[in-house]
Amino acid sequence: MSEITLKGVSKRFADGTIAVDNVDLDIADGEFVILVGPSGCGKSTLLRMIVGLEDISSGDLTIGGERVNEAGPKDRNLAMVFQNYALYPHLSVRENIAFPLRLAKMDKDKADQLVADAAKTLELTEFLDRKPAALSGGQRQRVAMGRAIVREPNAFLFDEPLSNLDAKLRVQMRTEISRLQKRFGTTTVYVTHDQTEAMTLGDRVAVLRKGIMQQVASPRELYNNPINLFVAGFIGSPSMNFLPAILKGGKLTLPFGEIPLPEEFVSRLGHDEKPVIVGIRPEDFEDAELVEDRDKVRGSSFPARIDVIEWMGSELFAYLPVPKGDGQGQAGLQELARELEQEDLHSDSDESQIVARLDPASRVREGEEAQLWVDTSRLHLFDPETGDSLNYQAQDEPNPTPAPGQSSN
Amino acid sequence: MATITAGSTARPAARRAPIPKDRKKIQPMWVVGSIIIVLYAIIPILWILSLSFKSQTTITDGAIIPKHFSWVNYSTIFKTGVFVRPLINSIGIAIISTVIAVLLATLAAYAIARLNFPGKKLVLSAALGIAMFPPISIVGPLFNMWRSLGLYDTWPGLIIPYMTFSLPMAIWILSAFFRQIPWELEQAAAVDGATAFQAFRKVIVPLAAPGVFTSAILVFFFAWNDFVFAITLTSTDRSRPVTAALNFFTGSSQFSQPTGAIAAAAIVVTIPIIIMVLIFQRRIVAGLTSGAVKG
Repeated sequence: MSEITLKGVSKRFADGTIAVDNVDLDIADGEFVILVGPSGCGKSTLLRMIVGLEDISSGDLTIGGERVNEAGPKDRNLAMVFQNYALYPHLSVRENIAFPLRLAKMDKDKADQLVADAAKTLELTEFLDRKPAALSGGQRQRVAMGRAIVREPNAFLFDEPLSNLDAKLRVQMRTEISRLQKRFGTTTVYVTHDQTEAMTLGDRVAVLRKGIMQQVASPRELYNNPINLFVAGFIGSPSMNFLPAILKGGKLTLPFGEIPLPEEFVSRLGHDEKPVIVGIRPEDFEDAELVEDRDKVRGSSFPARIDVIEWMGSELFAYLPVPKGDGQGQAGLQELARELEQEDLHSDSDESQIVARLDPASRVREGEEAQLWVDTSRLHLFDPETGDSLNYQAQDEPNPTPAPGQSSN
Repeated sequence: MATITAGSTARPAARRAPIPKDRKKIQPMWVVGSIIIVLYAIIPILWILSLSFKSQTTITDGAIIPKHFSWVNYSTIFKTGVFVRPLINSIGIAIISTVIAVLLATLAAYAIARLNFPGKKLVLSAALGIAMFPPISIVGPLFNMWRSLGLYDTWPGLIIPYMTFSLPMAIWILSAFFRQIPWELEQAAAVDGATAFQAFRKVIVPLAAPGVFTSAILVFFFAWNDFVFAITLTSTDRSRPVTAALNFFTGSSQFSQPTGAIAAAAIVVTIPIIIMVLIFQRRIVAGLTSGAVKG
């Protein structure tokens, strides 16, 4: 059990690519931190630097107060679960779990006891004498975890541990991992590209983009108060809708109409005319007919043609086409969509679409015009040039989070 | 309900239909082909076996099944000493060559599979080049060199060329096996607290065991079957292997052919090979790595 501190940690590969760029991260003892980002953002490299499988090009890594930059993986006492499990195929489940203990030259009786305990925790007792090849994916995953928990490491490191499992098993193992982490109280760093895993598992989530740390915050904070376009677009499913707009005199000119902004926005942003990118979460839309009058004042209504409706019982998604606009920021939005792998299929058309999550009781119909309401108090505004949030509110968190700053990009 | 059952039974039937058709066509061809090849390979061996059990008087009768079995050829070769000492030489030389070659090849192949060092391609192509080299072309110079170095007619004098020719082959086989082993396994071992050598010994070598055994068998075969070096670089029973010694067999009398004795010796010589294959054939079966990582 110990805290892990990264100070200005960078990774440059021999060919000059910078995989991890000057990352600061403090992970408290017993904390569950998620490293998340799209593929190729450097999250796995960062994890492998923590565990010692990749060299650290510059910066300092301390585990439990001790600088371990030069220590080999075997001297860091960390346990890692690999994406493809990396079980030793020639050893039985029992020998696989006991492998770290055997290397540590632990007394055999004691080791047997620890293996039995770990197997019991993970419900592997009946499989102890099987070889990994005779196990299902979920069981192999549990063996890999058994190998990690059996030896009381400084920290658990998970490298996309659930990505090889089918959807149902993934949900099951996700709660399992959460339960184990709470039970052992061991510091955990967990890499994933799946924002659902990130949101559900972590005490704090660190969002990486192209090797640069974007924001480190609790899932709630990330969702409600994203620092920039990237974080806003990455966190949340379906993801936030982005629209180019013009801000002028306390009003926002959107492709589907003009909406007045609440007073606190106006006081922060001033009255000058400027282009912005507006981010609206799908759930901040509603069928205007279903919004109660006292709530209506928080937002404004506009007419919209509904293209497609997906009714799922507990919720309803409405897709509305909006003209794309050729304003500033459109190119940036497209690039962001590509990076987040959310590019819509007809990206070359002059229309983009908005996803609105409506009350399932809504009577809106496909192909018909409807009156929609948007909660303007929950709008996010971004600078089209830098992508930085214009209404981000820095918060003092109880965790020793370094100020989440985006370095020049 | 009715539609569901109809749909679910119809589909597998449709999918299964073409496969037996293909199999029926192929099977007789396979059987006939296999029989021909097996006969072709086994008849000379049966013939030698039959000769080895014939006595001097019936050796030329041309019958494949001896009229009366006699062990006289076997007792002759083990009694005279012209066979026993070469047999010991052969076993010793082949085993020592195999052990050293496999040991060195394992280390070299691991380096080639896992490390990126300058000249790696050169090492591999040079190794392949050596393996392709015809032994007969270097045997003359070797004869002279070995005489001046004092290696002529000694065990090391044969072990060294055997290793030279078998190492490249072993390195190629083993590096292919090492490359198949997922790198994550060594990384997992390192994280679990293993040193590089422990990871190699406890994880990699056991997993590459099929490759180790395959190359061991091939090296052993090469050393055991060699004739060119054996006949050229030896002169006495001190180091002459059995393949060369067969040449120096004499009949029971000056005027009789040693056919029976040679046949018996040839059979005895194949026995170690058969034993090796029987012992290791299960190990050679690859696929030991299945289940290590999700494919």
